[in-house]
Amino acid sequence: MIPAPSVDLGALLPSLIVFGAGVLVLLLDLLPPRSKEHLGGVALAGLVVALLSAIPLWNRDARAFRDMVLLDNYALFFDIVICYASALAVLMSLDYLRRNGVESGEYYALVLFSTSGMMLLASAGDLLVVFLGIELMSLSLYVLAGLFKLRLASGEASMKYFLLGAFATSFLLYGIALIYGATGSTNFDRIAAAAAGRPHDALVTIGLGLLLVGFGFKISSVPFHMWAPDVYEGAPTSVTALIATGSKAAAFAALIRVLTVALKAAQPDWSVLLWAVAAVTMTAGNVIAIAQSNLKRMLAYSSIAHVGYMLVGLVAGGVSGAGAVLFYLLAYTFTTAGAFGSILLVERSDGEAVEVGDYAGLARRHPVLAATLALFLLSLVGIPPLAGFVGKFYLFGSAVRAGYVWLTVLGVLNSAIAAYYYLRVIVYMYMREPEGVDVRLVPSFAGGVALAIAIVGIVLLGVMPAPFADLAQVAVTPLVR
Amino acid sequence: MPVGVLTVVTFLPALGALLIMLLVPRRNEPALRWSGLAVSVATFVASLPLWTRFDAGDADMQFEEIMRWMPGFGVGYHVGVDGISVLLVLLTTFLMPVALASAWRAIEDRTKEFVIAMLLLETGMIGVFVSLDLFLFLVFWEAMLIPMYFVIGVWGGANRVYAAIKFVLYTMVGSALMLVAILALYYQHGAATGVYTFDLPTLTRYVIAPGRAQTLMFLAFSLAFAIKVPLFPFHTWLPDAHVEAPTAGSVILAGVLLKMGTYGFLRFCLPLFPDASVDYGPWVYALAVIGIIYGALVSTVQPDLKKLVAYSSVSHLGFVMLGLFTLTPQGMVGAVIQMINHGLSTGALFLMVGMIYERRHTRLIAEFGGLWGVIPAFSALFLIVCLSSLGLPGLNGFVGEFLILVGAFTVDKWLGAIANTGIILAAVYLLWMYQRVALGEIRHEANRRLADLTSREWAVLVPVLLLIVWIGVYPKPFTSKTEVSVQALIAQVESKASVARNKTAPRVAGVERSQEPSRRGDPRLEPTSRLSLQPARP
Repeated sequence: MIPAPSVDLGALLPSLIVFGAGVLVLLLDLLPPRSKEHLGGVALAGLVVALLSAIPLWNRDARAFRDMVLLDNYALFFDIVICYASALAVLMSLDYLRRNGVESGEYYALVLFSTSGMMLLASAGDLLVVFLGIELMSLSLYVLAGLFKLRLASGEASMKYFLLGAFATSFLLYGIALIYGATGSTNFDRIAAAAAGRPHDALVTIGLGLLLVGFGFKISSVPFHMWAPDVYEGAPTSVTALIATGSKAAAFAALIRVLTVALKAAQPDWSVLLWAVAAVTMTAGNVIAIAQSNLKRMLAYSSIAHVGYMLVGLVAGGVSGAGAVLFYLLAYTFTTAGAFGSILLVERSDGEAVEVGDYAGLARRHPVLAATLALFLLSLVGIPPLAGFVGKFYLFGSAVRAGYVWLTVLGVLNSAIAAYYYLRVIVYMYMREPEGVDVRLVPSFAGGVALAIAIVGIVLLGVMPAPFADLAQVAVTPLVR
Repeated sequence: MPVGVLTVVTFLPALGALLIMLLVPRRNEPALRWSGLAVSVATFVASLPLWTRFDAGDADMQFEEIMRWMPGFGVGYHVGVDGISVLLVLLTTFLMPVALASAWRAIEDRTKEFVIAMLLLETGMIGVFVSLDLFLFLVFWEAMLIPMYFVIGVWGGANRVYAAIKFVLYTMVGSALMLVAILALYYQHGAATGVYTFDLPTLTRYVIAPGRAQTLMFLAFSLAFAIKVPLFPFHTWLPDAHVEAPTAGSVILAGVLLKMGTYGFLRFCLPLFPDASVDYGPWVYALAVIGIIYGALVSTVQPDLKKLVAYSSVSHLGFVMLGLFTLTPQGMVGAVIQMINHGLSTGALFLMVGMIYERRHTRLIAEFGGLWGVIPAFSALFLIVCLSSLGLPGLNGFVGEFLILVGAFTVDKWLGAIANTGIILAAVYLLWMYQRVALGEIRHEANRRLADLTSREWAVLVPVLLLIVWIGVYPKPFTSKTEVSVQALIAQVESKASVARNKTAPRVAGVERSQEPSRRGDPRLEPTSRLSLQPARP
């Protein structure tokens, strides 16, 4: 008989709070009033409570369900990143949904469900929980991507995301099965113990490869990135922000833990693989982004490139490498969420303003918004004293430290290439005259709050990075011992 | 916590920019201009103690401030100036009010953004010169790009966007590799000494073994700086940026930004990588001399006044690079003085080209002629500035170029001789240009109605001209501030290079080298203040 595991919900607390808030939103949706604005408030409150719950849980290192769920500092760090990403997305959505006539209770419930899936991923100590988390996160996001029921692009995004996502998840599942077959367990620690005795086990290696395919899709690394531009472009912009930040952070959380804990013995294999993936991902992402004229597609390719940078940190490994990835994810989350949040406030008479030409002369008419978007773009370029610069400095520093000098050279040259297409948007905003399209700024208090939080985030991380970097290092230290 | 002079000087412009952004309304253009000018003048006043309280006899860093910033990563807020950087800081704080005043009428669109960008630029530039921490340096170095990018791209000429992007991309590619080299240096130093730090004085004391690693780091740093100088053949961004930038931007670009490259060689490449600097010295000579002559020749044939001045910068900065890498006291002091001179003379040339452009809306030399009869005051001042730029004795340009050539002749008489032709060519292109612009008959009717200098323009030019004459007649206060620091730097480079060579001598003594065992090391150990740069092998 299998003994029933002790149930300790404490280790699931942040995730449960978010999930509970989602259920609450669903219930409240059934009650009057018809306006759904308050549901956004409930969702926000749930996320803030979950965020705050991380403080007393810090350093507690709770474990539950026979180590299937781990609420260590590492998980909490990601919980904070994910809650921020999700809260920023909710803040952006409040007016955005009403403007586009798709305000609904399900939206907030789905955002919360997917967020709790992301948080589950961050605490996963078992491949099955990884699978569970990915499914919870992704299924909700598939639906959210298609929220604009009347828009073809939104439907296409949803369908593409779903089909390719399901396909990728099956790879992941197959990988899990192979690793289970090879090691007799799905628990990270026990996999590690079993794999340590048998280096170069073919089954483990193949399982690792399949896992990397599944994760590669979720973090959108080349060559599994094809879905990203279409989904980013078609999905509602607030959902795009969540996909680009929260889901990526969560997938990274699980990926780092799987690689550094469960498959530590296979490090020579995966670091070589990821070396190549990182090199290709950042180069392809940046080069293709140059050719984009749609801002959302451009940011999609740029986010692919940023995944490449983060993989550099993962290749470098160790406390400094993994810590740099965590810091970068934090910086990237604020920056990318802010960039999407700025785009979402600009509107043409016939829909969203997403073509770079729409932004011509924006600085003349809306100087504050133009300056805000410029700030986020400069952080993405990696200009000090903003978060992106420090993030890159940590990442490339860890790579140089681990001896990957040529990968670093490739990375820094890539960030110089990237400057071209980010600055092109600034060229349009500041150095061109309006092109005759009627573009207006949508006033939104909540959206403004989201942008303000993001700006504070990128400036704080850029000027005073030390406490956050220390936090990231503390979080990863037990993993990579 | 007491705030030191350097912190005040560095961040006062940024603080002013923030206040202007928050407090001064966009429509009130006079208030924007006056407040911008007030902030820059206040910064200049705040920087005056650097001149009066600077101890010229002390080779060490002065006005130092050290604070913890990111202790876990070995990053500190460490600023200070020595005899080399103090003059550049003062040049920056001096030129910024001049540049802002010159833009009084020229910039009428988005004045608020312009003033803010210029002030942020000032903080970035001063920060580069005072940083004694590689991370801090990198922050200022990269941050400064963006305001300059806006100044060129928003307020520039017809082709401004192209020029602005080119400027940024060139600089970013260079500094990207420098970032890798900084990190490599950091970890190499940490692994060797156990101290992981970006602190420049600490890193400078560390002797890097000569070899591939040092060479690569030297090349990475050098690329970043060579692009900025710009050293031939990395100069192609410069004519575009200069021609398209508004006058104020050109003044700052020529006056200060280019000096960051030469300063970088002086502050980082020479003391950190002495062996590679010596080994690659001949290459730098070659590029510098090519730049001197090429820049001068290209200047000669330019039909556009601004382009002519831009290419003359390539030539002048070639002199500076030549002086630096002679590693002689004369050459290096001359190079530092020449940095200041070039900032003043070329800055003034750009100012005056801008003034004439504001009147005629053309910069083509062929459009002018006989201006002396119409606007004598302008023409007289223009002559003085041209003469100072071509190195007439009694004006500032002479002092720097003379010292540099003395240094060059000490190294190799042919090197000095070839470089000397640059001075002759400078006389050719500047005087010929002056002749076509100011002398002769008035060939265009539009030129008959030109107005002479206004009181604002006098106010802009007179301070610069006073300095031009001061340095020309009595350069001692300037050279004496630099001398001790330069001597110390040369001593440091020599001792580090010889220590490194001696330490590794047994390892590198191969069959080929052992034929002449002592020749290569000896000159470095002699108590001269000059390094032998002759190749050891015949």
